[in-house]
Amino acid sequence: MNESTFHIHQLHYKNILSIDDLSIPSGMITCIIGESGSGKTTLLKMLNHMISPESGDIEIEGRSVFEWNPVELRREVVMMAQTPVMFGGTVKDNLLIGLRFSEKPAVTDARLKKVLKDVHLDKALDEESDALSGGEKQRVSLARILLLDPPVLLLDEPSSALDEETTQFIMKKLAEFVKNNKKTLVMITHSTAVVRAFADHIIEINKGQVVRESEHIEQQ
Amino acid sequence: MSSNDLTLWQLVSAYIFILILLIIVKVKGIQREKEILISSVRMTIQLMIVGYILAYVFGNANPVFTLVILALMLIFAIYNIYQRAKIPLNKELKKKIALSMTVGVIATLIYFILVTLNVKPWYNPRYVIPIAGMIIGNTMTGVSLGVNTLLEGMHTKKQMVESALMLGAKPNEASRPIINQAFDSAMLPTINSMVGMGIVFLPGMMTGQIIGGASPIQAIRYQIAVMLGIVGGASLTVLLFVQIGYKAFFNSRCQLREK
Repeated sequence: MNESTFHIHQLHYKNILSIDDLSIPSGMITCIIGESGSGKTTLLKMLNHMISPESGDIEIEGRSVFEWNPVELRREVVMMAQTPVMFGGTVKDNLLIGLRFSEKPAVTDARLKKVLKDVHLDKALDEESDALSGGEKQRVSLARILLLDPPVLLLDEPSSALDEETTQFIMKKLAEFVKNNKKTLVMITHSTAVVRAFADHIIEINKGQVVRESEHIEQQ
Repeated sequence: MSSNDLTLWQLVSAYIFILILLIIVKVKGIQREKEILISSVRMTIQLMIVGYILAYVFGNANPVFTLVILALMLIFAIYNIYQRAKIPLNKELKKKIALSMTVGVIATLIYFILVTLNVKPWYNPRYVIPIAGMIIGNTMTGVSLGVNTLLEGMHTKKQMVESALMLGAKPNEASRPIINQAFDSAMLPTINSMVGMGIVFLPGMMTGQIIGGASPIQAIRYQIAVMLGIVGGASLTVLLFVQIGYKAFFNSRCQLREK
């Protein structure tokens, strides 16, 4: 399990990020932690080329980020932004739009209902998306990404608007999904409970630099 | 048509409306005297100059004159769109506005002048210039609205566009709702003006022809043709613009440009 999906060398970006050497392992959950404004989101956005490094490079599956076609890369390495975005229309429309964006075939309603269950969301498919609460929108966004079934998922504080119980439920599902399908999950989180229970690998960032990297240690 | 030619004194008598407006504004204490004066004077001088230029050009029909005037009108319209943008435009977007205006207007004019009106000779300024003026003017208004809607949409819906990109969308897919909205807002005034035609108002060109002595039936035929030309010119240009305009907001790595 020592393969890595991302390899970062000598990366610099404005005064925001400066990382000499960092690898993010495949097939497991990596949690990025650190204070607000430390550069976590910028790092995440670099992993799917939403932002380009000013100098240095990121290798993704052995290929430089600059060699990837950005759209193709984002279909392999899908990111969920911190603020969930609804694209108008119903819950169903919002679930299907991800598949449309990445030019994948639509799926049946049964599949959509199943994925809503996985994110612990008890809503009808024809519910208007604008009427959803922040936490519900967050779960629709997550469900949208799970439907895409990409090899790598980048989640920016996916449970920030969720209560403890829901977070635990969803994280358990996510961890199962990662293990069973050999996915790579990189997530930013402020929840120590999540890090303790689910992180296989932890990266702590402070003022744009990696200050600590560790494997998960079982605690109870 | 000479029985109804306006004499200079008749024209001067129309300024009484401005005079009344000035008095009202003064009495009510609305400080707009300067603007009213300046705009009436400008209107008068501009139209007089245009009148003399047109009189000369009509009297000396020449393809070069016609083309130069068309080019000037087009340049002025493009410049006017730049001026009306609520947010400063970047170079990319300016280029795309100029390109779509030029292609859209010229394609429409060629068809309209040669096929629909069958003007002979093709450069006959008496037809080409006023008609080009109407098509360019309306297209300019449409594109200007489209530009502003696109700018505003890209600004207020930035998160939506970014989220779509993160889900693997191509830039054109990510900005599709904004593109559609821009097209909509650009075309709406032209479409609405067709609906009100003849009921709510008689368009200026037709009114002019009727006063000039043309039969209303002929005047209406012209007006219908011109209205269709305007719709064609505006929609073609706006369509072109939105198809290429969104690209100005993305860089080669399919990221939203910072500025």
